[in-house]
Amino acid sequence: MKKLLNTLYVTTPESYLLREGENVVIKINNVEKFRIPIHNLEGIVCFGYMGASPQLMRLCTDNNVGLSFLTPHGKFLGRVHGRIRGNVLLRRTQYRKADNEEESLDLARCFIIGKIVNCRTVLGRSIRDHGDVIDLDKIRFIDSLLIENLQSIDSCLNSDSLRGIEGNCARFYFGVLDELILKQKDDFFITQRNRRPPLDNMNALLSFLYTLLAHDVESALETVGLDPYVGFFHTDRPGRPSLALDMMEELRPFMADRLALNMVNLRQICGKDFFRKENGGVIMTDDGRKEILAAWQKRKQDKITHPYLNEKISVGLLPYVQAMLLARYLRGDIDGYPPFFMN
Amino acid sequence: MVLVTYDVSTESDGGKSRLRKVAKECVNYGQRVQNSVFECLVDPAQFAQLKHSLCNMIDEEKDSLRFYYLGKNWKNRVEHFGAKKGYDPEGLLVM
Repeated sequence: MKKLLNTLYVTTPESYLLREGENVVIKINNVEKFRIPIHNLEGIVCFGYMGASPQLMRLCTDNNVGLSFLTPHGKFLGRVHGRIRGNVLLRRTQYRKADNEEESLDLARCFIIGKIVNCRTVLGRSIRDHGDVIDLDKIRFIDSLLIENLQSIDSCLNSDSLRGIEGNCARFYFGVLDELILKQKDDFFITQRNRRPPLDNMNALLSFLYTLLAHDVESALETVGLDPYVGFFHTDRPGRPSLALDMMEELRPFMADRLALNMVNLRQICGKDFFRKENGGVIMTDDGRKEILAAWQKRKQDKITHPYLNEKISVGLLPYVQAMLLARYLRGDIDGYPPFFMN
Repeated sequence: MVLVTYDVSTESDGGKSRLRKVAKECVNYGQRVQNSVFECLVDPAQFAQLKHSLCNMIDEEKDSLRFYYLGKNWKNRVEHFGAKKGYDPEGLLVM
């Protein structure tokens, strides 16, 4: 199994990244601040505008290191990726399947089943751990709605009705997520999901984690040679990494939602880490961003046993493993795509 | 994790250029923790490359080169005191 390497986050806006030999060097006002060999890295995420030298971009593409640029508040700006990797035959198969309505529906079903099952696990975990302090009836009711929707997935005939089911489930799920926030209720609450801009602290936290996850999923898909822009559930739109969004559906609850809840409930993050802008959107402070990045990196190093491979992996490798399984399915090595179910 | 240390004799001009070369190669693979001491987090293939190129660079009559294999649990085997605290290549990297 591939080894999970580190991700370098650059949050000081004045820093400029350049290459020296096989090293990534960060300079601030032309003074060297940090240096690390490229082979220790999996990705570089820059929050700020100073940028990186073309030589460094080349070093990244040669070593298949994802280099993403985000605004200081985590809005995605762009990423550098080098020559397309992997096998043209695999990509052709991907396009053919994406064009074929029936086959994309089959795959889309897998992603959505994965998502709903994992959402249910998030709810179930809270029922088990905090059953005495939360509104059990409400959560059980939502859970039963999710089960109902889960059962109707098999019989849905086109992608529009699947989208409907997905939308309903997301609404139910985010509607009840507030119940799972046990601490710091004044600062963190969620009534519904909103974004661009997120209107409360919890939405801002979720949005930021989703951006980090998207970076990882997109890199993972590219690593196995798939085209992140051609999806099965999300339709093609210029500049939208549809396949990465597809694959994120099943990983969100486990990798992002659970982490967000833990951070709030364990007080790893607090209301001070966010502030409201004039337009009502909520963004995080520099310290808040650092806290989230630290928690995210730590979470990625946790070990789990992958239910399908039955092999011990780090949580951070999940996007890669799922991308690999998807590639295997497209190649015809396995009969169906096994979504990730957390337990 | 491998610790690479070296001593390159600089009595001749050739020695100075060897020293520069060796240092440069080590920087490519790891973190300089002291003047001629490098911590390199490498996989076996990368280590083979590093070892091969370093062994070709030195003059075995005059220079010396040592590799310490610290393994996966290297964090338990390293203690640091004083200035120039390095970074943990497996830890959180936020700049």
